[in-house]
Amino acid sequence: MTATPNLDRYRALFEPKGIIVAGASSHPGKFGFVAAHNILAHGYRGKVFLTNREGGTILDEQTLRSVDEVPEGAADLVFVCTPPASIPDLLRSCARKGVTAAFVSSAGFGEAGEEGLRAERELADLCAELGILLAGPNGQGIISTPVGLCAQIIAPYPPAGRIAVASQSGGFVQAFLNYARSTGVGVSRAVSAGNSAATSVGDYLEFFAADPATDVSLIYVEGLADGRAFFEKARAAAAKKPIVVLKGGVTAGGARAAASHTGALATNDRVFDGMCRQAGLSRATTVEEAFEIAASFAVHPLPRGRRVFVLTTAGGWGVITADRIAQSRDLELLPLPADLRAAFDAKLPPRWSRNNPADLAGSETRDTVLECLELGVAHADVDAVVLLGVGIQSNLGDLERRGRFYPGHGLERIVEYHERQDTRYASAAVELSRKYDKPVLVATELADTQPGNPGIVKLKELGAFAYPSSHQAATALEHLFRYRRWRDRRAS
Amino acid sequence: MPATTSTLSEWESKRRLAAAGIPVAPEQLCADPAAAVAAAAELGLPVAVKLCGPAIAHKTERGLVRLGLRDAEAVRAAAGELLAAARPADGPVELLVARMVTGKRELIAGCATDPTFGRCVMLGIGGIFAEILADVVFRLVPLSRTDAEEMLDELTYRAWLGPFRGEPAIDRERLVDVLVGLSKVAEEDPQLRSIDVNPLIVADGVPIAVDALIEVEA
Repeated sequence: MTATPNLDRYRALFEPKGIIVAGASSHPGKFGFVAAHNILAHGYRGKVFLTNREGGTILDEQTLRSVDEVPEGAADLVFVCTPPASIPDLLRSCARKGVTAAFVSSAGFGEAGEEGLRAERELADLCAELGILLAGPNGQGIISTPVGLCAQIIAPYPPAGRIAVASQSGGFVQAFLNYARSTGVGVSRAVSAGNSAATSVGDYLEFFAADPATDVSLIYVEGLADGRAFFEKARAAAAKKPIVVLKGGVTAGGARAAASHTGALATNDRVFDGMCRQAGLSRATTVEEAFEIAASFAVHPLPRGRRVFVLTTAGGWGVITADRIAQSRDLELLPLPADLRAAFDAKLPPRWSRNNPADLAGSETRDTVLECLELGVAHADVDAVVLLGVGIQSNLGDLERRGRFYPGHGLERIVEYHERQDTRYASAAVELSRKYDKPVLVATELADTQPGNPGIVKLKELGAFAYPSSHQAATALEHLFRYRRWRDRRAS
Repeated sequence: MPATTSTLSEWESKRRLAAAGIPVAPEQLCADPAAAVAAAAELGLPVAVKLCGPAIAHKTERGLVRLGLRDAEAVRAAAGELLAAARPADGPVELLVARMVTGKRELIAGCATDPTFGRCVMLGIGGIFAEILADVVFRLVPLSRTDAEEMLDELTYRAWLGPFRGEPAIDRERLVDVLVGLSKVAEEDPQLRSIDVNPLIVADGVPIAVDALIEVEA
C-alpha cells in the first residue's frame, strides 16, 4: 500500500519554479541535449540550470559542472539524463539545494534485469528518504502547458488544453500529443511514467483529479503492480473527472490454469473490463478512439440523458447515423416530438424527412439550418444532437473555385456565401452547445478528407472538432452518457 | 503464488451462500439410504440425490448426481449406488437430498481470484454452452448493489433475463442479492479463492443455487 501522496508535491513536477537538467549534453544526438533543447525552446519561464561535467556552453547557456553550483532554492525539479550509477549522489546534492521532484529519464533499471530492479528499488527508497517525488525511471518526459514546460525527449509539444496524459509507454504519450496537435484539442499535463518505481499512473490520476488545469485524464496502462491500489485511486479520481483508459497486453496470461469454471472464465481482459466499469473509467478499444473520447470529454458538456436528435443536410449520412444510434445499448434515437415536427414544418417545405433523423433534403435557405439546429438543441426531450453536413457547401464552393469559369459568372459571390454558411454552422454548433449545456457533435468525412474546409477550420478555431464519421460521434456520446450515468448513480 | 487449495463440500458451500442471502434449493444431508428416503418425503418429490464430501469436486463427470427421482424406491436405489461408488480418496461422504428445481434458464455465477485485482464476482449465461458463449461480466469484491445491478445490464444476451417461454422475467432484486451475497461470502473469508455456483437455475423468476463449490486456501 502506498501512502496517500501529498498533492502539493506534484507542483514541483508539473509547475517547477526552476529546473536542473543533469547530464545536459552538447551533442545533438544525445538525450541530454534533446531534453535541454526542448525545455529551453518552448517558452518555459522558470530558471533552467544545465549541468555537464566538462562545463562549457550548450545552446548558448553556460553550464554548471555540478549541482553544487546551483543556487540554493533556485530549482525544485531535476531532469536526470545521467547513467544509473551516478544518480544517487546526484539526487543527494539536489535535495540539499531544495529539489523536491525528479524526473529520471535514464534507462538501465527495472527493465534491465535483476540488478537493475535492485537499483530501481534503491532509487525509490532514496527518494522517499530525501523527500523527492520520483517520476520514472526510464521515462520519456513531462509536459505542462500552463507553465510552458516541455521536458521530454520525444515530440511534439502540444497545444495547451484540458487533457492530462499519463502513460506507461512513452510512445503513447507521443501518439496522444500528436493527436492533440492535429485536432487542436490540447493538453494540460503529460507524463511518461516509465518504470513507475515510486509514482504510478494511479498516483498521477489523483493529481489530475485535483488539478484545476485538467478536465479529463487519458491513460495508457500495461501491467499494474498493485491492481487494487490502482482501482481505488482511479475510482476516487473518476468521481471528480472523467478518465479514459487504453489497456495493452490484455491477452497475456489469458490462458490461466483454473480449477473452477469461474476461474476459467475470468480472463484478465474481462476482469479489467469489469474493473473499469466499476471504477467509472471509459475504456477505449483503439489508440485513436482513446484520444477521441478524451477530446470529447474535454470539448462537450455531459448529456443529461440518452436521447439523441440527428440533423442532417447530407442524406444517407443521416440514415446511417440513426441506425448506429438505434442499435446502441446506451443511446436512444428520440422519436421526433410532435411539437418539434410542427416547428420544422413551419420552416421547411414538405419534402423534409419529418422524422428523426431530420433530413432537410436540400430545402434549406440562408438561416434554416441554424434555426432548425437551435430548435433541436433547445428541445426539452433532446439530450444530445449530432449535426451532419457541415462543410458540404464549402466543398461545392471549392469545386467551383477550381473550375475554369472562376472567377466570373457570379461564382466568387456564391463560393464566398457557401464558405460563410459553413463557418456559421460550425459556430452555431459550438455556441448552441454552450447556450443549452448539451453536447452538439459535428460529424463529416471532410474532417479527414478536407481538413482545410472552412467549417472544419472554424470548429478547430473555436476549440471544438469534427468527427470523421458519425459512428465515432456515437461512440463518443456513449462514453459521455455512460460516465454521466455512473456518476449520477453514485452521487447520493 | 498458487497456494494449495481445498474445497468445501457442496453442503458446506451452500450453507455459506444461504447465510449470505443467496437462495438455495431446499435440501438435507443424510447418512444412509433410509434417511434419504425420509428426507425425500419431507422435501417433496421429485428429488435429486448427490454424493457429498469435501473432497468430491467433479460429481457430474463421475456420475455422482442422480436427478428427477420420483419415488421412494428410486431414492433408496440411487442412495445405495452412490454410497457404493465412493472411493477411499473421497474421505467421509454423505448423501445430499435436494428438491428438484426446474426452470428453462440457467445462469452461472461465482467468484474468482485475479492475479492483478484479487477477488472478483462473476455473472454469466449458464448451461452447457456457458464456456463457449462466455457471456460473463465481472466486478471486484466488495460489490455495491449498484455495481451488481449494472452487471445485469452488461450481459450481451441480457434478454435472457427477461420473460421467456411462459416464464416470468428474472427478479432483478433477487439476482442482485445473489451477486452481493457472493461478495459477502468472499469478504467474510480472506482464505476464500473461488466460488462456483453452477447452475444457478431460474425457477419462477427466482435464481436458485442448485450446485455450489467453494475453494479455500489450505
